[in-house]
Order: sequence, then C-alpha cells, then structure tokens
Amino acid sequence: MLSDTIAAVSTSVGEGGIAIIRVSGPESISQVAPLFRSRIALTEAESHTVHYGHIVNPGSGEIMEEVLVTVMRAPRSFTTEDVVEISTHGGVISVRRVMDILLQQQIRLAEPGEFTKRAFLGGRIDLSQAEAVIDLIRSKSDRAFSVALKQVNGSLSQRIGNLRQSLLELLAHIEVNIDYPEHDVELLTAEYVKDKSSEVMEGIDRLLKTATQGKILREGITTAIIGRPNVGKSSLLNALARENKAIVTDIPGTTRDVIEEFVTINNIPLKLLDTAGIRETMDVVEKIGVERSKAAVTEADLILLVLNNSEPLHEDELTLMEQIHGRQVLCIMNKMDLPSKLDKDVLFQYFDESAIVPMSVLEEEGLDRLEEAISELFFGGKLESGDLTYVSNVRHIALLKKAHKSLQDAFEAAEQLVPIDMIQIDVRLAWEQLGEIVGDTAADSLLDQIFSQFCLGK
Amino acid sequence: MSYEGGSYDVIVIGAGHAGSEAALAAARMGCSTLMVTINLDMIAFMPCNPSIGGPAKGHVVREIDALGGEMGRNIDKTFIQLRMLNTGKGPAVHALRAQADKFLYQHTMKETMEKTPNLTLRQGMVERLVVENGVCAGVITKTGTIYRSKTVILTTGTYLRGKVIMGETTYESGPNNQQPSVKLSENLRELGFELVRFKTGTPPRVHKDTIDFSKTEIQPGDEHPKFFSYETKSSDNEQLPCWLTYTSEETHTIINSNLHRAPMFTGIIEGTGPRYCPSIEDKVVRFSDKPKHQIFLEPEGKNTAEYYVQGLSTSLPEDVQLSILRSIPGLEKVEMMRNGYAIEYDAMVPTQLWPSLETKRLPGLFTAGQINGTSGYEEAAGQGVMAGINAGRKAQGKDPVILDRSQGYIGVLIDDLVTKGTNEPYRLLTSRAEYRLLLRHDNADLRLTPIGYEIGLISEERYAAFVDKKQKVEQEIQRLQNTKVKPSEVNSVLEEKGSAPIADGSNLLILMRRPEMDYTFVEQISPPPVLLDEEMKEQVEIQIKYAGYIEKQLQHVERLQKMEQKKLPEDIDYSDIHGLAIEARQKLAKIRPISIGQASRISGVTPADISILLVHLEHYNRVTAAKG
Repeated sequence: MLSDTIAAVSTSVGEGGIAIIRVSGPESISQVAPLFRSRIALTEAESHTVHYGHIVNPGSGEIMEEVLVTVMRAPRSFTTEDVVEISTHGGVISVRRVMDILLQQQIRLAEPGEFTKRAFLGGRIDLSQAEAVIDLIRSKSDRAFSVALKQVNGSLSQRIGNLRQSLLELLAHIEVNIDYPEHDVELLTAEYVKDKSSEVMEGIDRLLKTATQGKILREGITTAIIGRPNVGKSSLLNALARENKAIVTDIPGTTRDVIEEFVTINNIPLKLLDTAGIRETMDVVEKIGVERSKAAVTEADLILLVLNNSEPLHEDELTLMEQIHGRQVLCIMNKMDLPSKLDKDVLFQYFDESAIVPMSVLEEEGLDRLEEAISELFFGGKLESGDLTYVSNVRHIALLKKAHKSLQDAFEAAEQLVPIDMIQIDVRLAWEQLGEIVGDTAADSLLDQIFSQFCLGK
Repeated sequence: MSYEGGSYDVIVIGAGHAGSEAALAAARMGCSTLMVTINLDMIAFMPCNPSIGGPAKGHVVREIDALGGEMGRNIDKTFIQLRMLNTGKGPAVHALRAQADKFLYQHTMKETMEKTPNLTLRQGMVERLVVENGVCAGVITKTGTIYRSKTVILTTGTYLRGKVIMGETTYESGPNNQQPSVKLSENLRELGFELVRFKTGTPPRVHKDTIDFSKTEIQPGDEHPKFFSYETKSSDNEQLPCWLTYTSEETHTIINSNLHRAPMFTGIIEGTGPRYCPSIEDKVVRFSDKPKHQIFLEPEGKNTAEYYVQGLSTSLPEDVQLSILRSIPGLEKVEMMRNGYAIEYDAMVPTQLWPSLETKRLPGLFTAGQINGTSGYEEAAGQGVMAGINAGRKAQGKDPVILDRSQGYIGVLIDDLVTKGTNEPYRLLTSRAEYRLLLRHDNADLRLTPIGYEIGLISEERYAAFVDKKQKVEQEIQRLQNTKVKPSEVNSVLEEKGSAPIADGSNLLILMRRPEMDYTFVEQISPPPVLLDEEMKEQVEIQIKYAGYIEKQLQHVERLQKMEQKKLPEDIDYSDIHGLAIEARQKLAKIRPISIGQASRISGVTPADISILLVHLEHYNRVTAAKG
C-alpha cells in the first residue's frame, strides 16, 4: 500500500485537447517501460525529460495510443517518488485505452487523494497542510464511495456475486481437503478445479464482452437520431456536439452514409448516428430515410426520435413509433417556437411523459432538458449496452481481466498437476479481485462457507 | 491468614500446554520462575484427543520447536503413532500428526520441568492477583500464600468457572472432574476485564477389550516416520494403530429421538461452541442428509485399555451415550469407561491484549492459551511460548518479541486474536494464513530459529547445526545454478525419469524445476561435493521447485512488512484525530494497534482511514522530531 505503483488521470476527463495520466511509485518507471515504445528505454531516461512514442499492449505488441511521456525521478516530483506522466490525446477513449493497459500491470488505480497523501508523507507538503490533506482524502473518498456504489449496479454486482460464490465453493473445497485430510470429504480433483475455473472464466468473459466489444468504452452509447427529413435532426446533432465539445468529429473515409459524432453528456459517452444528409428527390429521400432510420434503430442503444411540433404526425412517423416501441426512446418535439399542430394524445400512447422532450433546437431551448433526460436514463440503470450487464469502469475492467488471468493460471496449474495448495493461491486471488469490484474482501466468509458446506470435527 | 511465599521474576498460573511452555521459556531465559497449578498431576494433561499435530497445528509444534519450546521434543519422546498427512499435496501443507501416550506425555513434561533450573513447581489454587500501582505484581492463593513477581502469566484453560454438562446433569468442574477456578474469574471481572463464555466438549472413552476390531479398518502409522523436533533424529518408539468405523442408521435414530434431552438444544448450554468441532448430535442435525459419520478409535497410551472415540463428542445424557456407542459397528458390546461431556468456561475477550499477549488494562499480566479464546493444545502451547518469552523479557527490561503473519502460524494466531477477536473458540487452519507457502512444516527453523537463538532458547550447539544446514542448502542451490549441462550428459537420465530431453545446454537448477524431477536426479548427474542429509536435500528441492510461487508471496510480504514497521505511538488519542470515520475511531481506540499494519486489519477501518492515520503519523513524527 505504501510503495506500490498507482495511476490516475490528473486532468479532468473529456475536456481539453490533452489528458495526462500520472503514475507514481518506486517502481513506476520500470513498470511503465515495457508498455512504452520509443527511441529510448524509459528506464534509461533522464529525470525531467519528455519522450515521444506509443503505448503498446505488452502481450500483443499492438499499438494503443500515441503519447508523450515525461519521467520525473525521486525525489524531484510531486509525490517525491519516481513519477511517469503520460500525455495522451484528450477525451475518454484515448485515456481509457491507456488506463486499461496500465491497470492490467502491477499498477492500481490511485485512491482518492493518494497522490497528495504521498506528497505529504514524502515531506513535499508543509506540515501545516496536514489537516487539509486529511480533508481532501476524506471528502474525495466519501464522494468516490457514493459514485462507486452507483457504478456497481444491481445486476452487475449480482453477477459478480454469483461468480464469487462459485469460487468460494471451490476454495472451501480446497481448504477442507488441506485442513481436514482425514475427513471423508470428497477428494478434490484437477478436473474439478478446471471445470470450476473455466465456468467462472466464461462468466467473466461474458461481462468483459460488454466492455471490450467497446460499445460503451470505446464508442459510447450508440444513439440514433431518427425522424423525417427537415424535422431538425442535423441541427440537434450539431447542437449537442457544439454544446458538449465533441471529441471526434465525423470519421473521414467512412463508407457509411450515416454521420457519427462522439459526445459526452455529463460524462456519459454517446455515439450519435444521424441519418441526415441525403436528400435528392423527395420520394427517394423519404424511402431511403426511413430505411436508414430502420438500420440505425436496430443497432442503437438509445433512440432520439425527432418530431416537428408545427406539423401533424405523418404516416411514416407512426410506422417508426410502432417499430421502436419498447426500446429506450426519447421523443423530441422540435420547433416548439412555432404554432403546435402535433397531436400529443397519440404520443402519449407510445411514450411516458418523462420521455417526451419539448425543444426548439433553432432557439437553443430545451437542450438541457434533453441532457438531463439522457443522464436519468443512464444513471437510473435503464440504459445498458445491448441486453448485457454493462461494465464500463476502467477499474472494474482491469480487475475482471486480472481475475481472468488468475483463473487462467489456476487452470494451467491444475493441468500440470501442480499441488492443490498452490493452485489455491490463484483461485483465492481471483476471488479477491472480483471482490474488489463490489467492495467485499472479507476473508471470514470463506470459513463460514467451509463450515456450512462440510461436516467437520472430532 | 496470609504469608509471603517468595518473590520471582515470572509467575505462571496453570500447567497445561500453554502454562508448561510459558514456564519453561521464562526459566530457560534465566528468569526465576514459579509455576502454580491446582493439581501437579495434571501437568501437560490432554483432556480431549490424545493427539498432537495435523495441518496448521503440526506447523505450530514445529514453530514452537524452532523457537526452543518443548512440545515437539516431548511428543517425539512419547508418541505411539506418527503420520505425515497431506503428502499428496504441496510441501507447505504436509502436516505431521502424532498419537500420544497421554500419560507418558504428562510425566515426561513434568520430569523436564522438574529438572529445569530457575523453575519452581507449586501446587495451589490462585484466587487473586496482586495489583500495586496499577501493575500486576503477584498472586494470592486459596491458602493465603502471597507470591510476588515482576510479571504474571495466566493460563487457565477451561478451569475458569468451569461447568460440566451432560444431559440433565450439570456441575461446577474443570476438565476431567478437576476443581474449577471460580474466585479468580471473579477477580478478573473486578479488575475490569471483559470475559466471555465459551464451550467445548469431549467424547466418551471405552475399554479396549470390549471393542470388536474386526469390524473396523486399521489405520497404521508411517513406516519411516518424521519427527516434530529438529533435534530428534531417530526413535525406538513402537507404534500402535488407530481404527476407523462409522456411525450407523441406528445411531442417528437414537440421537434424533433424544434431542429433547440434548443440552445443545434444550438451552442448558449458554457458551458458544466451536463450529469446527461440533458434537455428534450437532452433526446429525445440521447434516441430516449425511448417512454416516467417521469414528476413529484411538489408544490413549501403551499402558492403558482406554480408547478415545474420536468423532463422538457429545453432551447427551450418559444412558444415551451408551446406546449411541453400542449402535456403532465394532462397539456393540463396548463398555464405556468415562462419558463424554460439554464444558463451559470463562475466557478473556482477546482484543484486550497487546500482540505481546500482555493485557492492556493491567501491565505485567499476560494471558495465554484457552483463556484467550482458542482451542487446541498446539494453539495453547504456541501462545504459551510467546507469553513466556515476553513476560520474561519484560521482567528483564527488554522489548517484546512479536511474530508477524509471514513469520509463523503463531504470528497469524496471535494477530487474529488481538486484532479481530473471536466469537467462537478459535482454531488454527492453514487457510487463515495469507502466506501459506512460506509457512511450511519444513522451514520452521529457517523462519524462527535465529529468533529463538537471539532470545536465548536455542543452544549454541543447535544453532551451529542450524547455520551449517542453512549454508549448505544455499551453497547447493548456487552450485546447481552454476552447473551447466549438455544434452549428451543428461538426456539419458532425463529419459529414465520420464522427462523430456533437452536440445540445448541447460543448468541443473532449471532441470530441477520440472515437476517430475527430484533430488536423486542431481545425485545421478552431479553429486554434491559435501554430504547433505535428507533434510537438506528436501530443502534444496522445495526451494528450487516452488521458487516462482514463493517469490510471489515474498513480494507481498515485503509490502506487508513496510506497514508493520510503521509503528503507532502507544499514547495516540484517536478521538483527537481529525477526519477519521466514527466507526474507525471507536475500533482503533479499542484495539490500540501497534502498527499501521495491524490497524489495517481491524474490521471497519477503511483504506481512507488508514491514509488519514498515515498522514497523522507523519505529522506526529515531524512534530516530535522538531521538539527534538
């Protein structure tokens, strides 16, 4: 805890052209070195020098991000420890790619206020600041705690709980075999260990899929903006992009006719799909427009249906509403600045009142309401990627991957007939790593499991 | 009338497994030591299983021996069976278990103690502690004798307000119908100690000649046994087998139809019993789908016909016990010699102790063994050695010796007790240790003998032998690493051992890492230049083969030790520390951890609280340094 390597993003996420990830600890330089490909080895770098290069996946060698890396050697750094600062392109995606790689090493996410704490413990911060440092730790960790609770939503924590229970039963079985060798408990076989660890690895894979397929992590929540031509789809997209500092503008060379924008709304990454832009002849446009909307609809996690308040509902719009019924939809009544000709009673048949957002994109009115509605859906747990429990937190992903690796080690050890008490080390590690996600690492539950699962005693 | 009975450095109350180790350790360190006990015939008595060792427990015996304690030597002299358990598993969990000749075990221990310089044995019932200026300064017995001392160690076992229960019958008693210690318990309460009520139990004993062994399975000892003590090199002891049988359907029917008479269920028993040592009625009720339970028949000694019926611990009425016994194959005509019973007793809430086993409330008073909430002879003896060492050192004006969780099961045991407390009688299990791979049966000497030597419990001669072993092992590992081999030199031997041949040059260390390889391979290819005994070869083999796993755990330990080295001042006022959560504040004030490491293991103390403590500690140290 005192000398391990910690990392955190030290700039605010999603803002600015550059993000800085700070890594601190006596071994920070040697631990980042294998992840950084550059003209010079990081371990050779002089203090306070900047190096251009790439963060690579140490396993595959795949290039992950273009970065600038600064090395600051102890004690001439903020924390007084060796510090590595990695500057990446700003925005959620780049930062997460780098953090993802870092946290899979022997590097952990810094606790709230931990850099400051280390700076203080290293004598960098004046004694009179002790109380301020404590306040920082306290307030940040209290806030982090409530945020963390939100992040581990019910279904994720239940799934993790189930995986942990499987491991706990395996552990109890191992422990009983070790601690009660003369009892007539079922002898543990390598096959059993392999079966159980494969089962849990599969479960972890399923969870990781939601993260690594990148739906949310890399691209954001896929959000389709649909509607008839001229209702204001593009204006809405532009307004959202302008308002929310789009991270990436339209991807060049895309063969798709759909324009994509990436935005973050209250830290929720969204990938906006707009079906606008094709309008040759009216007949064709309407046809193609509806078809494109259909395609966008099938792939979307969230649908923004834009309607024109100043016109009656069109037949196509009724068809669309029929199609998207039951999905996560926000219905935007645009052009509220014009006289209303829209039949709202029909809308109420399809949508909750909370899902209907009156707006005037032109007058820039109602945008905040839309953003709020998106946040509510997201934090209310209604917005999920596909039908899978969704994992987006980098710390969770890193822990899931570490747990997977531990189980893989256990599996391979079992295959090589390594003694059971050594296999246990990796199984236990996996159990603890999963426990960290849901904030439960109490070892007592193992003993409870042993004594409830087996009949023991003299 | 009272009178002065003499003055000592250390007084030990009780002579069980904790008391005898404590007294021997203190006396051997040069402290004038008095051991007072209710009945001198009960020194190192085994009121329950006539057996020592097993996983974790056997490890503790090795550790006691490595520190210079007596349990290992004593059981090596008096065993009637030795078995190494878990041999199919990794070396860390190999565990030696012995059946003891329980009478010989006692007599041998008593003889050792009688011959030990500086140690006085005295029969007597201690009723009060002498407290002077807030410090424990001696004891007063029932007969009015006042013995004075610099430190006192309480090892009261199950005697404190002991109460025996069987069926409807209950009476005040220590184990095996000994006198209980009632007044002392009252005195502890008066002194402000928090006591809890725990319960344990023991099965009936039966007459050998009434057992039909033909209906049971034989369980012999190992043909070439290993020993507990590093000093024991051979033994002529003749081994006796144990016998295995099972409960029957009828057994379970009898139990189920007599549950209304079982104190466990009628509410007569108020003490908390251990989950890992349930009574037979408990097992039958809780695991009702299990058709039968194992019963081991264990001889209690060479010169006795009494057999211990392991697996049948019970507090059912005497008549039911007899019916149960006779429902078991092989015991149809058995004669019961002593019935099983449950016993309730007072124990200290162990969070009232420092890791040195000294009480926080009353300086000079130490407690060890079952009084601290543990069960088991080995757990008691392990604490006994440490309490003896630390009470002795305190009397000599020296700092206590505290083993951490990476140094031994004794460290794990004591740290668990004083940091987390226990709500049932505590038994050691290997799963309680984070660094099981480091806490092996084979390397207890490497872990602890240097400490034992420094304390003065390991003789020069033994220490020299230890250093010789250590050096030879290190040199041999170095030699294997330096011994390069070509394919032509080793491939035929590799093939012989069913191991894949090598294509390029290698060294012996790398080849030894292969799972199928053992030291005989080295002996065939390149015998060591100096003679290595079996223990040394085993050590070389284990250290090489499991180096990867061992290294991983050592890295963890390094981090742990940094936290342990951050000492918290004794006078720290937690209510005064800004920013600590309320729960953390209360827990810290109660436990008063000696280090950040210990603080981090208290339940309810979060990482944020630890960060705040660290900042506070830094602040404190800087201010203290500034004051000079």
